Amino acid sequence: MSQTVETAPPPPAADEPVERKSLLTILIHRPEVGALVAALAIFVFFFAVAEPFRSVAAFSTVLYDSSTIGIMAVGVALLMIGGEFDLSAGVAVITAALTAAMFSYELSLNLWVGTIVALVLALMIGYWNGWLTMRTGIPSFLITLSTFFMLQGLNLGVTKLLTGTVATTNISNMDGFGALEWIFASSFTIGDLTVRITVVWWLLFTAIATWLLLRTRVGNWIFAVGGNAASARAVGVPLNRVKIGLFMGVGFLAWFYGMHRLYAFSTVQSGEGVGNEFLFIIAAVVGGCLLTGGYGSPIGAAIGAFIFGMTRQGIVYAGWDANWYRFFLGAMLLLAVLVNLWVRNYAMSRRS
Amino acid sequence: MTDTATGPVPARTETGAPLIEMTGVGKFYGAIRALEGINLKVDAGEITCVLGDNGAGKSTLIKIMSGLHQHSEGTVRVDGDEIKFNSPRDALAMGIATVYQDLAVVSLMEVWRNFFLGSEKRKRYGPINPLAIDDMRSTAKDELAKMGINLKDINQPIGTLSGGQRQCVAIARAVYFGARVLILDEPTAALGVKQSGVVLKYTARARDAGLGVVFITHNPHHAYLVGDHFVVLKLGQMILDAHRDEINLADLTSLMAGGDELETLSHELAREGAVDTQTIREIEVSERAADQASAEVTQPREPLDTPLEEATAEPAPKPQEPTS
Repeated sequence: MSQTVETAPPPPAADEPVERKSLLTILIHRPEVGALVAALAIFVFFFAVAEPFRSVAAFSTVLYDSSTIGIMAVGVALLMIGGEFDLSAGVAVITAALTAAMFSYELSLNLWVGTIVALVLALMIGYWNGWLTMRTGIPSFLITLSTFFMLQGLNLGVTKLLTGTVATTNISNMDGFGALEWIFASSFTIGDLTVRITVVWWLLFTAIATWLLLRTRVGNWIFAVGGNAASARAVGVPLNRVKIGLFMGVGFLAWFYGMHRLYAFSTVQSGEGVGNEFLFIIAAVVGGCLLTGGYGSPIGAAIGAFIFGMTRQGIVYAGWDANWYRFFLGAMLLLAVLVNLWVRNYAMSRRS
Repeated sequence: MTDTATGPVPARTETGAPLIEMTGVGKFYGAIRALEGINLKVDAGEITCVLGDNGAGKSTLIKIMSGLHQHSEGTVRVDGDEIKFNSPRDALAMGIATVYQDLAVVSLMEVWRNFFLGSEKRKRYGPINPLAIDDMRSTAKDELAKMGINLKDINQPIGTLSGGQRQCVAIARAVYFGARVLILDEPTAALGVKQSGVVLKYTARARDAGLGVVFITHNPHHAYLVGDHFVVLKLGQMILDAHRDEINLADLTSLMAGGDELETLSHELAREGAVDTQTIREIEVSERAADQASAEVTQPREPLDTPLEEATAEPAPKPQEPTS
């Protein structure tokens, strides 16, 4: 390493920029700032209008609901930063869950076997999406849209074929259920607060993704392939490997969330999952990811998921018609896109 | 790790051979002859300017030198050894770096991330290798400072820099990663006067650091400011190969503008509006003076090593049709 030993100023203790910038300036340049402000506002709002929202139990429910969106939003956010979409993410969750349940049940195997098979399949779906996108140059929006419909058809068709119904058989008596339930669907209490294990996984995945993105070479490459694929390739970034890897990351998380659903409810409805892909994308966008790629943050996506958790539950706690949640979804997305546009233009125009 | 050759590069290879020497190089695309009989030498510590109109074969020439295409005939020698590049990576490995017009930067990423993109420095903790961020930040800052680029904040997105500064970062990056030959593809084409001046200054600095520079442009004014050697291409052939002592700016400009064609054009125009070559020259001179005056008023700029005034004129101002 050619570390210069000149009169360079001593490196700062932390990784914070050396320049004397105000906290506000640093904050405004973070992708997740808009979402953070919105999250605080929404929290205060429901805290004020909905009395049941103030209880610890309600907070526990909000956290759990957030985590179910948040786990997937991590992978979707990374993929979006890498400049691609995955519309098949919602149904891929169900595909993974159905595979694990039916493979083990129909062949009378330990649930671990089905769970591993489901993992391999989920990674293969990710690989398929990524490989086809890179190989053909067709936008991932279209590639994954086709995957979405194919998986939806397979979910319904194969389930009907094997079980004769629209749902898998209850698997809670099968071998391996206990340990798998502990990993994917258990809960514990801290004081009065009941914490579902998915909340822990959600925070852990968010932390890992953040570290990966900001502190590793792969993270550098993810920003680069999303920001300017041609330039990235020109300086030697393995474009295909990075993008396919990101699709497989979404596949992995789809498997993980699918396993949660399976071991939490012991059975899976084959028609579920449709529409969830948009929730993941919206959480990522609300959290500051640009639709054009190259910009965003997993922490922002986590905050985006939390906003949804709060609102979905908050509307119920406030005693309103739950259908209003859909309206909110759309309004929030529009607002987020506008805020992101403004923030980005502000960040790019400022010359220091 | 590719962090080699950060110090000054030896002015010449041990053999004393030119860094790149092309003899009788030609290139066919199918039946189309894009380049023919090119003899070109790139010496360390010299700027070789390749000039030519659109379609003259400039880009084909760069592509051969940078390893994107292979030549069809003739020989290319690097350090005296005959070679044929298979990919840009081959060329890079021999220290031949190309800075393309579109710059290969990712505008939303920080300057230091762009600087090291594709060749990141990493720490080693067993199986995991996180980025050596502080090291990269300070190295990028130092390397840019060496080139005379002082940024207040190495963490700003590179898109917030001006076109000229971005070009300079790309040059500094190539120099840092061990380039001995720097190929600059139209580095001033999309830039304003002041920014062009900045880029020309760093081009000269790269030469002074001992690199062989190939400067591709269609602007003879820019070329003459920094060039040591001039090659003019026309329809795939060399029509000029001259050292700085052997040619002056006026001749270079007229050659570039296509001397004869301009003459013919002036006759054609003369029928309609009585404009001859002499008038065009006068218009050119007066416009240059006007540009210069306005540039001085509107753009107070840092002093340059070389006078920039000549660069303010556009290569060939359109003759104005006198209004009747």
